[in-house]
Amino acid sequence: MHASCLADQRRREVLRQCLSVGIATGAYGVSFGALSVTAGLSLWQTIALSALLFSGASQFAVVGIIAAGGAGAAAVATSSLLGMRNGLYSLQMSRLLGVRGLRRVPAAQLTIDESTAVAIAQPEPAAQRLGFWGTGLAVYVLWNLTTILGAVVGNALGDPKRFGLDAAAPAAFCALLWPRLKSGDARAVAAVAAVIALVVAPHAPAGIPVLVAAVAAIVAGLLPSRGSRERDVLLDLSTPPDEEAPA
Amino acid sequence: MTLWTTVLLASGLAFALKFLGYVVPHQVLDGVVVSRVTAMLPVALLSALVAVQTFTASGGGLTVDARAAGLAVAVTALLLRAPFLVVVILAAATAATLRALGWG
Repeated sequence: MHASCLADQRRREVLRQCLSVGIATGAYGVSFGALSVTAGLSLWQTIALSALLFSGASQFAVVGIIAAGGAGAAAVATSSLLGMRNGLYSLQMSRLLGVRGLRRVPAAQLTIDESTAVAIAQPEPAAQRLGFWGTGLAVYVLWNLTTILGAVVGNALGDPKRFGLDAAAPAAFCALLWPRLKSGDARAVAAVAAVIALVVAPHAPAGIPVLVAAVAAIVAGLLPSRGSRERDVLLDLSTPPDEEAPA
Repeated sequence: MTLWTTVLLASGLAFALKFLGYVVPHQVLDGVVVSRVTAMLPVALLSALVAVQTFTASGGGLTVDARAAGLAVAVTALLLRAPFLVVVILAAATAATLRALGWG
């Protein structure tokens, strides 16, 4: 795509990364499709979420809240809060990609954890652009195909609990969360958010506990990051001040 | 809100957030506080989702069932650096097996 100045070997190397990330992520679209139809969304609504929303965590949040009987507004709000990180990614990617005009539309739609991660892992600009478009397209195509497969199979499966599908979603969230827990700040925020959500859960409609827990992130964001007394009070001093992983 | 409204509104807002980064001047969202909040939001939200989806019963109360065992297996798999899909499949298989045995 933009990779004319890349050596063939580097080009193949980057494309192999794109494809393996695409396959790994796409496989997980099966569980999204299955969960979505068992949550009560139609086949077309499930397809629309993968084609239009196209952000795994947000999609799982929407169907999770609907499955629990939560309000549409709570589903939209949680999905959008989760989607805010994509805005940060697109800010980074707009500098690397240098896209203008209408090309910003597909670039924006393909800006997700995986495409950003593969792009910024490359040392040279041409490979960064190839990594972004290659991963974005591979994930988009495979994610949408496997969503349809999961939705069709999920309808035939019946009760998702029999297959442990209700345990698959929290495990998937946990796997998405895992690489973000490298810093002590992040681990503290995760712990506080989980406790807040569980304290609020018995007293609020589905979806609200997660939104309330987001307060933990806002507060953590407002506190000075490191080397200050405020942080020392809040966080474990023994943890090294690692940089945040981007995805 | 109908299901279609929810689906389309969530999709529209998701795209707007993605598009924003390509159209705003770079310095607008560059503040230290904004980027720290944006970095911490997914951490807080994902952690809260894990907690709620593992430990709440359909009525909203707290419970420990086969999902908790699934999560424990998922965490163990993550500690052993298992790939994403393996983590998810192991958690589901654990819960399914326990339920087949009549627990949770």
